[in-house]
Amino acid sequence: MDFLRPPTWQDALAAKAQRPGARPVQGGTDVMVEINFGVDRPDALLDLSGIPALAEWDRADGRLRVGAGVPYARLITELGGRLPGLAQASRTVGSPQIRNRGTVGGNLGAASPAGDAHPPLLAGDAVIEAESAARGVRMIPVIEFFTGVKKNALRPDELIRAFWTAPASGPQYFSKIGTRNAMVIAVCSFALALHPGERRVGTGIGSAAPTPRRATEAETFLSRELDWDGRRPLGDAAVRRFGELVRDAASPIDDVRGTGGYRRHALAVMARRTLTWAWDDHRAEAPGRRAS
Amino acid sequence: MRVNVTVNGSAEAVDDVWEGESLLCLLRERMGLPGSKNACEQGECGSCTVYLDGVPVCACLVAAGQAEGREVVTVEGLAAGSPGEERLDPVQRAFVAAGAVQCGFCTPGLIVQSHDLLTRNPAPADAEIREALAGNLCRCTGYEKILDAVRLAAKRKATT
Repeated sequence: MDFLRPPTWQDALAAKAQRPGARPVQGGTDVMVEINFGVDRPDALLDLSGIPALAEWDRADGRLRVGAGVPYARLITELGGRLPGLAQASRTVGSPQIRNRGTVGGNLGAASPAGDAHPPLLAGDAVIEAESAARGVRMIPVIEFFTGVKKNALRPDELIRAFWTAPASGPQYFSKIGTRNAMVIAVCSFALALHPGERRVGTGIGSAAPTPRRATEAETFLSRELDWDGRRPLGDAAVRRFGELVRDAASPIDDVRGTGGYRRHALAVMARRTLTWAWDDHRAEAPGRRAS
Repeated sequence: MRVNVTVNGSAEAVDDVWEGESLLCLLRERMGLPGSKNACEQGECGSCTVYLDGVPVCACLVAAGQAEGREVVTVEGLAAGSPGEERLDPVQRAFVAAGAVQCGFCTPGLIVQSHDLLTRNPAPADAEIREALAGNLCRCTGYEKILDAVRLAAKRKATT
């Protein structure tokens, strides 16, 4: 095995072009588990943790561009107010030690159906900035990014540079089922984002299908159903219907963490709860639960 | 490969490091620092918690090569000078005083993580202590005494 330590992003792209089999490693919270357990023996590790630019975030065109190397802990403290849904999801990742190392970039690279960052990225219409030495930057909408269980749209010579997403324009919530509050891989999870300016709803379902996915019918239904300007209370029937549509958008399996039936049931519950919280916030014009 | 890393204040050059090796393995097997414990090797238990550039991490999930040019502080590095209880860090002394040790295996990781908590938050509420230690497992389930130790360390810090 070789250990490659590119000092700059351009060097990293050159290394990935030359060694497409090299495994990128940032925080190591996924990659090192596989190496420690002998599950994976890549012919090279491509260490991206020495590239300072990846650990930065900035604003451009009214959106946030968050470097692939920004750890969850910093995402929570530095961006929690602007990306409350993603910050809530980040707080549920592993433990403090894991959040100090793990990154959204790594989550996207691993592309697990259970990745905690994925549902809020879907609900917030994030775009993944991938790059290769040969073809330059490629912007991939997150909805097109997950292509199968632990598979993503990256080509062998591409690396994830950053993700782009707009700061929250309305309430955002994330909910996750697990056996305890820390160190839990989601049994299933759900993210909701209200985009009042566009009168639109975003959703993301985690750990209940081969890939993270949106509940598009539920989004369409709710976008029409909500009284965006009058902010009237939601009827029980609409809340229940939203839960059913989210549930029906999933195609979960039975596995060690839970049954498909339980996941479907739990998704409907989480959809109803997050909707109630978000709509209450919108009605109160409160900024959402943004404790950080 | 060679890894240049500062460990507990001392600049080290460690040779013959396997490229897939963890920082934990480098510390324990190549540098003779067995304080950080090897248990789950998947970041679940926190027994290998060390400071990497001042941030607590699971050493089992850091590739040794990623520590190149960085500073590591292990539980051994918290006690200044030569061995002896009088040299121990206040957090270490509080663990001794509170009897927060049963088999002792989880203790080094808990001490480093508690040390970080009290550095950032000198007077944590119980909920904050629990949250900070959520990634450190004690399979003797001696959590009450561990919480006592952190409260004691915080109290002693406040009065000194």
